[in-house]
Amino acid sequence: MTLKDTKPGMIVRIDSVGESELKQRLMTMGLIPGTRVEVLNSAPLGDPIALRLRSYNLAIRRDDAAQIEVSQVQ
Amino acid sequence: MSALSVALTGNPNTGKSTIFNELTGARQKIGNWPGVTVDKKVGTIEHNGRKISVIDLPGTYSINARSQEEQVVSDYFKTNKPDIVVDIVDAANIARNLFLTVQLMENGIPLIINLNMMDEAQRHGIKIDMKKLEDAFGMPVTNTVGRSNKSVRKLLDVFTNAVMTNYKPSKLINDHIERIHNIEHSGLSAAKIEEEIIAARYDLIDKIMASAVTVSATDKTLTEKLDSYLANGVTSIILMIAAFYLMFQISFNWIGQPLADLVGEFFDETLVPWAAEAMAEAGVADWMQSLVSDGIIAGVGAVVNFVPLIFTLFIILSFLDGTGYMARVAFIMDPIMRRAGLSGKSIMPLMMGFGCAVPAIMANRALDTHKDRMISIFVTPFITCNAKVPIIALFTAMFFPDNVANVVFAMYFLGIITAIVMAKVLGETVFKGQQSTFLLELPPYRLPDIKTVLLEAWDKGKGYLIKAGTIIFAMSVVIWFLSSFNSDGMTEDMDNSYLASIGSATSVVFAPQGFDTWEAGAAVVTGVLAKEAVVSTMGILYGADEDSVDTDDAEGTAEVLNETSMGSAFTPLSALAFMVFSLLYSPCMTALGTVKKEAQSFKWMAFVFFYTTAVAWVASLIVYQGGKLLGFE
Repeated sequence: MTLKDTKPGMIVRIDSVGESELKQRLMTMGLIPGTRVEVLNSAPLGDPIALRLRSYNLAIRRDDAAQIEVSQVQ
Repeated sequence: MSALSVALTGNPNTGKSTIFNELTGARQKIGNWPGVTVDKKVGTIEHNGRKISVIDLPGTYSINARSQEEQVVSDYFKTNKPDIVVDIVDAANIARNLFLTVQLMENGIPLIINLNMMDEAQRHGIKIDMKKLEDAFGMPVTNTVGRSNKSVRKLLDVFTNAVMTNYKPSKLINDHIERIHNIEHSGLSAAKIEEEIIAARYDLIDKIMASAVTVSATDKTLTEKLDSYLANGVTSIILMIAAFYLMFQISFNWIGQPLADLVGEFFDETLVPWAAEAMAEAGVADWMQSLVSDGIIAGVGAVVNFVPLIFTLFIILSFLDGTGYMARVAFIMDPIMRRAGLSGKSIMPLMMGFGCAVPAIMANRALDTHKDRMISIFVTPFITCNAKVPIIALFTAMFFPDNVANVVFAMYFLGIITAIVMAKVLGETVFKGQQSTFLLELPPYRLPDIKTVLLEAWDKGKGYLIKAGTIIFAMSVVIWFLSSFNSDGMTEDMDNSYLASIGSATSVVFAPQGFDTWEAGAAVVTGVLAKEAVVSTMGILYGADEDSVDTDDAEGTAEVLNETSMGSAFTPLSALAFMVFSLLYSPCMTALGTVKKEAQSFKWMAFVFFYTTAVAWVASLIVYQGGKLLGFE
């Protein structure tokens, strides 16, 4: 499953961050393998999505979220 | 003793600017870092008999030199050894904030870790053991409370106490540096090395967090509660529209306009008569009197009129930005903006564009990628800025008296639509294939520090005041000269002036749009100097009594001008075409100069001049010829 396929309320753990120009920026923002991420909600028009990780909130586009492999924790 | 140098560094949204403003007050200078378009803020203070110079480095998440801001911070530490570096850490967001801290430590930069907004962290169930944090880094840890002046003053004592000499990086940090060193020499690819290092940093942070920070579950925070309305579902869209409607109501109708009327009244009823009287008494030559009264005072007055409105708009926008709400607006609007080839982050600059394009163009610095930034810079000038409002007001009052509200709305809408369409076109032609991204922190909602809001609004709006004092001043003299002289010297007959020659040469290109009079041509030319000049030039050229051409009384001006030949020089259709052209063509000189600075290229400035004018020419052509085909006049 990728982060793009998650639903609001899900808590997931990051397995890997796919290769893209954005990869290092995503990692700098704390999205690294093993990080626990709570999926908050989507913007009213469905995109981007809001995440909570490392005690802060981050908005990310669905296309970019598709680069991140995750597995559901709860 | 030389001044103690202090550098403030930290992530965005940590309250770093507020601390800087508290420390330095109004004694700060805002300049530019060489070669980039990033603000450089420096302030000096005296404390315990010691001069302290504080520099506010741009807020960054890291110093990897991937953005201009990161480049600035990274370069700064390569070439400067400030006495004290203060790393401002948002206590409520300590885990991610420490990333920069760790990276700075790796570069051998000793620093004070200042935990800001400890009160907020506690509300979020985050407890930080400062002593343990100090041990973990081997660096002094201090704390401040958001907007408390006292806690910030305490920092000054820390600065002057030569505190840094007692601290050395801990074993934990030295081990980490060793580990980074090993990764760097592991022979992996450059990208892989950086990823390993990033992971190692978070690994260290997790260790430090485990020892010094406890996080306990809390009830829903205010931010979560607010976000369920302000960033979620249809309600968020309705509330956003309501917020912006209110913002424009306040700045245009409630505060901006009444204050503008007062300023206008002061100019028309006090300053102009007073200057006229004083000059008459002093026996100043007639031509000089006309230059000062009709040229300079009238010209500068037209600009100063808009100052209250612009500052009100910018104060509200800075306030909304400080609360964290503008990040939500970017979040909500991103899909729409992206379809147009823009990013959600373009919303803030475009909103500012309704005030003045100059700071709006500069606000595009906040955008992520080169592509997003350039496209946003290039379409911002299409937004109907304040200076274009008198054009709409006058022409609708003169030629569409029964439909004022609709035509005004249509003209604003035209600006927005053109910006969107051209963003799309630019994205698929000039900037085809370049990447656009959107990664945005949604900071917790906070009541912003009022001093910081005002300083920010001042910083954005002051360019407009400078424009009134310099460009408009010079322009008034130039227009006055061009309209009063020809190759034979001074002339009373404006139809034979330089301006008439320039105007008629220019007007040739407007034949297909139906407004090829020399007066219209001249107004278009002066409009490039400043948009405020379009209406005043027309008023003067059509021979209205100067006193009656008042940029904030469109109906009165329209009545006067209807009596002149202007009423018959335009048909409603050609007036509409002229309005469309005036709203869309090249931004004013000041805005063009800003484009050159922000895009760092003369070529892009020339590009903006020509492409906006071409768009305006085509749009007005479609309006005029299309209108004729449909049987309008």
